Amino acid sequence: MPIDVIIKVLFIILVCVAAFAPVITWVERKQSAVMQDRIGANRANIGGLTILGLFHPVADVLKLIGKEDFVPDGANRFLHALAPILAAIPAIIAFAVIPYGATYQFPGFEPTTLVGADLDWGLLYIFAIGSLATYGSVLAGWASNNNWSMLGSLRASAQMISYEVTMGLSVVGVFMVFQTLKLTDMAVAQDATFRLFGFLETFGVVQNLPGWLSWLQVPFWGVFVQPLGFVMFLTCIMAENKRPPFDLPEGESEIVAGYLVEYSGMRFGLFYMSEFIEVVVIAALLATVFFGGWSIPYLSKDSIIGGLTPMMGATLATALCMIAHVATFLLKVVILIWLQMQIRWTLPRFRYDQVMDLCWKIILPLSLVNIFVTGALILLVQGAK
Amino acid sequence: MSFAAAVFYVLALLAVVSALGMVLNVRNTIAGAMSLVVTMIALAGIYVVLDAHLVAVLQIMVYAGAILVLFLFVVMLLNLRSDEFSPSRSRLVKLAGVALGVWALGSFLALLPGALPKVVEIPADFGSYRQVGLSLYRTYDVAFEVTSFILLAAIVGAVVLAKRRLS
Amino acid sequence: MVIPLEHVIGLSAILFAIGTIGALTRRNLVVILMSIELMLNAVNLSFVAFARAWGDTLGHVFVLMVITVAAAEVAVGLGIVISLFRNRDSVNVEDVSLLRW
Repeated sequence: MPIDVIIKVLFIILVCVAAFAPVITWVERKQSAVMQDRIGANRANIGGLTILGLFHPVADVLKLIGKEDFVPDGANRFLHALAPILAAIPAIIAFAVIPYGATYQFPGFEPTTLVGADLDWGLLYIFAIGSLATYGSVLAGWASNNNWSMLGSLRASAQMISYEVTMGLSVVGVFMVFQTLKLTDMAVAQDATFRLFGFLETFGVVQNLPGWLSWLQVPFWGVFVQPLGFVMFLTCIMAENKRPPFDLPEGESEIVAGYLVEYSGMRFGLFYMSEFIEVVVIAALLATVFFGGWSIPYLSKDSIIGGLTPMMGATLATALCMIAHVATFLLKVVILIWLQMQIRWTLPRFRYDQVMDLCWKIILPLSLVNIFVTGALILLVQGAK
Repeated sequence: MSFAAAVFYVLALLAVVSALGMVLNVRNTIAGAMSLVVTMIALAGIYVVLDAHLVAVLQIMVYAGAILVLFLFVVMLLNLRSDEFSPSRSRLVKLAGVALGVWALGSFLALLPGALPKVVEIPADFGSYRQVGLSLYRTYDVAFEVTSFILLAAIVGAVVLAKRRLS
Repeated sequence: MVIPLEHVIGLSAILFAIGTIGALTRRNLVVILMSIELMLNAVNLSFVAFARAWGDTLGHVFVLMVITVAAAEVAVGLGIVISLFRNRDSVNVEDVSLLRW
């Protein structure tokens, strides 16, 4: 296996999975504390040194490993052990197609793209993996031999299957605009800008856009060309992950953690971690599809490399550009994680019939309208050109 | 043997073993359904080896991700735990059945070499979503519309069957 | 094509045979439906193999039709199974043999 694939996979595992997931548990505690005007957990210390409670994830892991690992009476031992693994695997392998950098050509080497696997159908791969994530929840409820677990797992699977449909439909608009399912190409297409009032020139309202109007340029990001699609996709993918406000299947106050009630120790830890890894996956996917991925707004990759090369040579310029792009991607991921945490701690939990209503009666028709309007606008623009 | 061919044979073995696991499993219906999931995913891998990328992704999304979850749903709802093979068939009939099956399968497999047409070269992006989409929406658009009617009939049928009687 | 066509068709035949055995010998209705799904998958594999052999995407289009019909059949079939269970409290095929002579 070539060395660059190993390095890319290691980056994904070490940074996106192993580094982000424990930090998110800290973010959840601290952000909720700040929003609720309290201090949050800050007692865990190593040698009397507490850094804002950053040692709490370590304390969490030690606690979970130390707990008794039991299987309830009458439960299927194999399925009980399999369910957390089936929940964690799709969350981790979804990172394989997300590009965290562009294609860089170092002089003397072949061009290399910073992505795990540059699939032609990258977005479809993510949906396929998301649909496999249902099995963890379904099996967890059944394997626990417990009525309330089964109730939670039935609700979880119904919710996840319903929102898969609308998740796919709400992103069809983006697919129509960018004409590709390849996530690397989507990120490259978002590296450009478009004039905000350019439609006046396209539809022949004015002959040539005056200079002062044509100065107003917007990055060609998914969130600016498909705002409704972004809102719907954010809703659907948070519901798919069973994050609050859609966390009725694991309702902490209603059905006592739902399908997770008979899980303790590291089995629960694996479910818990997989939910937070999926938060990172959601943030990375949103960043790639709607927020331009690795691209810095208003500074396209060619302009950065072209601008830096006369000063310090091609290799150093490309390396600096690569570091800048990866840092931009990680920054966008962090901001989107913050956004999900804000939503989580602001909204109360949806009732189950409200969840189903939202999916089938509101988001599904809206996504069809979105597809229709996007298609009509694309045809109009192409006809006008 | 190239890497793709080795992947094919491993996935083929996995598919056959999981299919047998589903059919021969009497004690635990849920484990049988999970075996079928493994078969579906192995088949999706085989489709990728055979350059059918869109079909492979749809196999995982629709078959392994939705249809089999529906099976698991029903097994969980009806609380189906275990099953037995029918005890009323005599051993002779069972043996005759197995012999007939093995003979039929064996004679079919023996007929295969030399009976199949030649393989042709394919364009580079064969089986990608663009090619299949163009084919589906240009040449076979009537079939596509008819399948939407089939799905409508299925939705109406499932809703009617699952409703409780109002009387 | 990296594998001989005979091997793929042979695999399809073996899976079809396993599905047929399941549909004929098992007594649980849900398992019979799962065996039918296995048979449909074996047929899909045949279609994909021949599509690859002849370079014709009609095979893939037909696989999409088969997947659609299988989804519709599973939905209605499982609806029937649930109704049956509500009335007779059993999904054993030998308990629903009223029309058998």
